[in-house]
Amino acid sequence: MTYAIRAENLGKQYGSTRALDGVSFTARPGQVLGVLGPNGAGKTTAVRVLATLTRPDRGSAHVGGHDVVRQARQVRKVIGLTGQYAAVDEIITGFDNLLVIGRLLGLSREEARRRATELLEQFGLTDAARRAAGTYSGGMRRKLDLAASLIGRPQVLFLDEPTTGLDPAARDGLWEVIRGLVADGTTVLLTTQYLEEADQLADHIVVFDHGRVIAEGSPYELKTKIGGQVLEVWPVDERDRETVATIISEIAQCPATVEDRRVTVPVVEPGVLRAVVLRLDLADVAVAELALRRPSLDEVFLTLTGHRAAAAARSS
Amino acid sequence: MTTVPVAGARETLTLTRRSLLHLKTNPEEIIELVVQPIVIVLLFTFVFGGAIKGDWRDYLQFALPGMLVQATLFATMRLGTALGTDFKKGVYDRFRSLPIARFSPLTGAILGEMVRYLLSIVVLLIVGALLGFRIQTGAVETVAAVVVLLCFGFAMSWGSALLGLTVRAAESASEFAFLIILPLAFTGNLFVPTDTMPGWLQVWVNVNPVTSVADTMRGLLLGGEVARPLMWSAVWIAALTAVFAPLAIRRFRQKSG
Ligand SMILES: Nc1ncnc2c1ncn2[C@@H]1O[C@H](COP(=O)(O)OP(=O)(O)O)[C@@H](O)[C@H]1O
Ligand SMILES: [Mg+2]
Repeated sequence: MTYAIRAENLGKQYGSTRALDGVSFTARPGQVLGVLGPNGAGKTTAVRVLATLTRPDRGSAHVGGHDVVRQARQVRKVIGLTGQYAAVDEIITGFDNLLVIGRLLGLSREEARRRATELLEQFGLTDAARRAAGTYSGGMRRKLDLAASLIGRPQVLFLDEPTTGLDPAARDGLWEVIRGLVADGTTVLLTTQYLEEADQLADHIVVFDHGRVIAEGSPYELKTKIGGQVLEVWPVDERDRETVATIISEIAQCPATVEDRRVTVPVVEPGVLRAVVLRLDLADVAVAELALRRPSLDEVFLTLTGHRAAAAARSS
Repeated sequence: MTTVPVAGARETLTLTRRSLLHLKTNPEEIIELVVQPIVIVLLFTFVFGGAIKGDWRDYLQFALPGMLVQATLFATMRLGTALGTDFKKGVYDRFRSLPIARFSPLTGAILGEMVRYLLSIVVLLIVGALLGFRIQTGAVETVAAVVVLLCFGFAMSWGSALLGLTVRAAESASEFAFLIILPLAFTGNLFVPTDTMPGWLQVWVNVNPVTSVADTMRGLLLGGEVARPLMWSAVWIAALTAVFAPLAIRRFRQKSG
């Protein structure tokens, strides 16, 4: 098996909405594939197709070497799924939720108990184990849901926006768990609206927009893909921002962005640095910091799609 | 390949157990299944009993078989809400992502309901006995009566499942069910003898499946005619199942993509 996940030209239409409009991507065993995109980009639909929950209208997909439509049962044997919304039975206890899944996966009563106890411990839910899952906080439910998807020790794990809605501490905890799974050889497909998350966890990123893959590569490649670099200038005196913006726009021949005390502009020619230093000196602007760096994924997304990913995510 | 049906049975039993775990953590269910039928027995026996039959003891003897039908009927409302909630909360997506038999979540849920009906029936028989209800027949007839009730509950639970899989909000499934079941229960001869009703109503009461089942209960528990009402009950149970089960299964199939 060369690929743990292979999607070819997947299409899925809901009414007039093209949720997936011919997407292809692959993940090698043990890789973390990040699917990055704003709300409505088609991430959940792609996960549901790969996890055998939704039939694609066209194209094909293989998970663990099995066809998701024709060999759904084999696919189900090797996957774990944590959907976008925690799928827990709120009336029964956290422990019983895990016990039921363990039994359905064919574990003996003893094994199922042991696995449930182990996972509750791993996710810090031991104290809440005997409480109805409906009394859990959002973060606890997500953890319980993730625990449920790990009972069968899946080879391929799908995580649909696993950290959306979590506080930073819970998010960091979950990132650690994901890194641990990857260290054990699990292939992970992770969807996210957060560029930072993809950057932190993924080996390979595919960027979705309107049901299409608009870019892909390693985080490094993606940042390189848009070519040039970003020049960042922090004047000592905030009142100099406009002057700085005018100067660097002129040199880079591209409008600069002013954010707080920071002024940035994309540059293609690294040689501009000299000119900038010279002109700022002539204009008597004291500079606290001046840097030439690779663009952030956020800026990459802006360049690729013409709209800001983070803004789209927050406004919904 | 021969292990698949066996595994399917095991998965169904696991999901039956999961359904029953709700009883452990949800006191509301105990109220619905146990307390509510008891309240109805006490209320009807002591408040209306004397007025209807002259003496509450005679009334209890007449009405308890009907109350068994009523308790079973009311208990069937839960399934629709339970299925609807599972779909809404994504619990069925989780089940479907597992390598299990496709219909085991549905069969497990229905078996879980059957256990609930049995619980409700047994509680009512015990409470009835404590109040003075006396079965006039033998153990075989009593078991037969319970089986007929369970079959009736089985048939009606398909209707409940269909409703729960069709309405948009899971919670409103039980409200819809109530609007159907309440008139059904009260336009039968569960609580009052048919001969006191106006002629036009008697026509409906005699057709109402609930009446056939109640007459079967009376025949089996108190003695008297069994064959005719049992036949009509069987016809109704078969007809309700034949209509609702395929529709519910189709909805289940559609919803689980
Ligand atoms: N079951 C469905 N019925 C109708 N439209 C849907 C359904 N699922 C998804 N869509 C639509 O498909 C598009 C992609 O949705 P989704 O895959 O959920 O995106 P994402 O997970 O990236 O936010 C959206 O426009 C969404 O409204
Ligand atoms: Mg989504």
